[in-house]
Parts: sequence; C-alpha cells; structure tokens
Amino acid sequence: MTEQTDVFPVADTDLSRLRDRLGAAAERGGLLDVAYRTVDTPVGRLLLAATERGLVRVAFESEGFDGVLQALADRVSPNILRAPARLDAVAAQLDDYFAGRRRAFDVPLDFRLSTGFRQTVQQYLPHIGYGHTQSYKQVAESVGNPGAVRAVGTACATNPLPVVVPCHRVLRSDGSLGGYLGGAAAKTTLLRLESAA
Amino acid sequence: MREPFEHAVDRHGATVLRVCRAVLGPGPDADDAWQETFLAALKAWATLDDDTNIEAWLVRVAQRKAIDVVRGRARRAVPTDELPDTVVSQRLPAEDADVWDAVARLPERQRLAVAYHYLGHLTHVETAELIGGTPAAVRRAAADGLKRLRTVYAAEGMDR
Repeated sequence: MTEQTDVFPVADTDLSRLRDRLGAAAERGGLLDVAYRTVDTPVGRLLLAATERGLVRVAFESEGFDGVLQALADRVSPNILRAPARLDAVAAQLDDYFAGRRRAFDVPLDFRLSTGFRQTVQQYLPHIGYGHTQSYKQVAESVGNPGAVRAVGTACATNPLPVVVPCHRVLRSDGSLGGYLGGAAAKTTLLRLESAA
Repeated sequence: MREPFEHAVDRHGATVLRVCRAVLGPGPDADDAWQETFLAALKAWATLDDDTNIEAWLVRVAQRKAIDVVRGRARRAVPTDELPDTVVSQRLPAEDADVWDAVARLPERQRLAVAYHYLGHLTHVETAELIGGTPAAVRRAAADGLKRLRTVYAAEGMDR
C-alpha cells in the first residue's frame, strides 16, 4: 500500500475536483437523495444536509458529523454525497444571519426527521420573532397544549434544524437558558447576536 | 448498503482512479471512467448487500466503464472542435506523470494485470476473469509488469 501511494500518486486536488464533478453529475441525474456540505460559523462548523424537498438537517460539530450522516443514511437514504450546490442558498443566508444582515430564513424545509407533536412545535418555532424569546410554557400554550411543557423541551432538544428553526429562542420560565443541542455557549452566542442587531 | 455513499468515495476514490489511469492513461478518459463508475455505484448502492466487498465491486464496475470509454473513443473518429475547458488543471505534475507514462508503455496484458491485481487489489483469479487467461498467467504478467516498471521508472528517476 505504501508503495502504491508513493509510486502511483493520486493528488488530493485531482480527487476533490472529481468529487465536485461527481456531486454535480449525481444531482443532474436525480441520483442524489441527500446532499450535504459544511460551513464555518461563529458557533462552529455546521453540517447542512438537504433532500430534494428542502433542508433536512443542520448539525453541530459536537454531534459528530459521521454519526449524523449515518443517521441520515438510516432514516432518509444512503445515497448521500457532499454536493454544495443544493445548499448554496441556505449557506448564503446563514452567512448573512451571522453577519447580522438577515432576520429570517427563506428556504424550503423538510421536517421528515421529526413527527407528531415534536414536529408541530418545530414548525411553530419560526413564529418566535428574531431577537425575541419565549418560555417552554408559552410555546406549549401557543401550540394549544399548555400541559406539554416537558414535551416542548424534548421537541426543542431534538430539533433537526437548529439555528434555522430557532429553538434557541426558547428559554426556561425563570429566564435561564435551558438546554441546547449545540451547547450553552452556542445558545448564548445566538441570543447575543440577535439582541445586538 | 446502509452506509452513506460518501464513505465509499472517501475510501475507494483513489484506488479507482489508479485503476482507471493504469487502464486508460491519466487524463480526461480516466476521469470520465472514474465518474461513470461512481455514478453507476450510486445507482446500485441501496440494493447492495451489506457484506459486499465494495472495493472489489467498484474495481469491476470501473473495468466495464473503462471498456465503455475505449469504445466511445473509437466511435468518436471525427475530432470535435470543442476543447475541454480544464486542460491545464488536468495535467499531472511532471514527476507524477512519469510513472503513469511508464505504466502506459507496458505491454497490454501486463498493464491490465498491474491495474486490476496490483492497484485494484483483485485476486489473480478475479483478475483472470476480467482480462482472460489463467490465474497463473495473470500472476506472471503482474510480476513482469512491476519488474519492468521498477526498471524503467528507476532508470528515468536517475536521469533527472
């Protein structure tokens, strides 16, 4: 093997050029069930994944990107490739959001990774305006199930589309932070960004 | 196969490219065969058994795609006036090109044996199924090819 890599070299630049071309060709051929890319943000590297319906997953690096891709393979399709084009729009909007130039995301969302009440809560979350927060209790009331405070917590904790679906705008009733998939520091960063803008 | 397809490209992309270059020479034809191999693999991916030897399977697909490219090349008798737009970037650095040039100059049987057995890691038996002949003949062809490559490549290396 050593001899092969030394004597029969394949440059990384050649491989990445071929991989870019493959992603684009797979997209054109309708073979790409899940396209993904990563972006660098003030809350760390994020993995973005989209089906043909829309953005299906936003993941923090702390979740482990390998595990996230495997979960997408298990739950959506193993036909997954790094193919940035499908995610250009959301990547640009995230750039603008983190630069304080954008207050809401306008990309199609695919909520297929969550079901039932969790999805109801997640679909509601974008209605909490930029720079505003609500308590888990208020969210439970807003979705017409005032007793389901704990379930709202679970819905936020299992949000497959953090940042874009703003579960970071949900806090405990006493104003304390509550949990966050990307860690408390990330939640604080997002809330500060929105209150400063 | 339940594994993300991306992992197969990660793990086997370089091996498949070595095989394609050994068979077709480094350049656009090898690149096309590489792409067609992985597109075909992507189409079949979800239906593959989890215990498939992915590398060996990809190398066999690459062999068929290389044949398609050679056939296509023969059909394209009239040169087109469209130039590929990335000629410069597809040229290999001089040092890297040498070994692939040396591979390209091997007698065909030796070249194919080196491609599928040595670079593609197929067994002598599997390679013989692809390129014909007996496993023993494949073993000799691969060994002769490597020997010749070492001589030629070492000689050229000394010239520099």
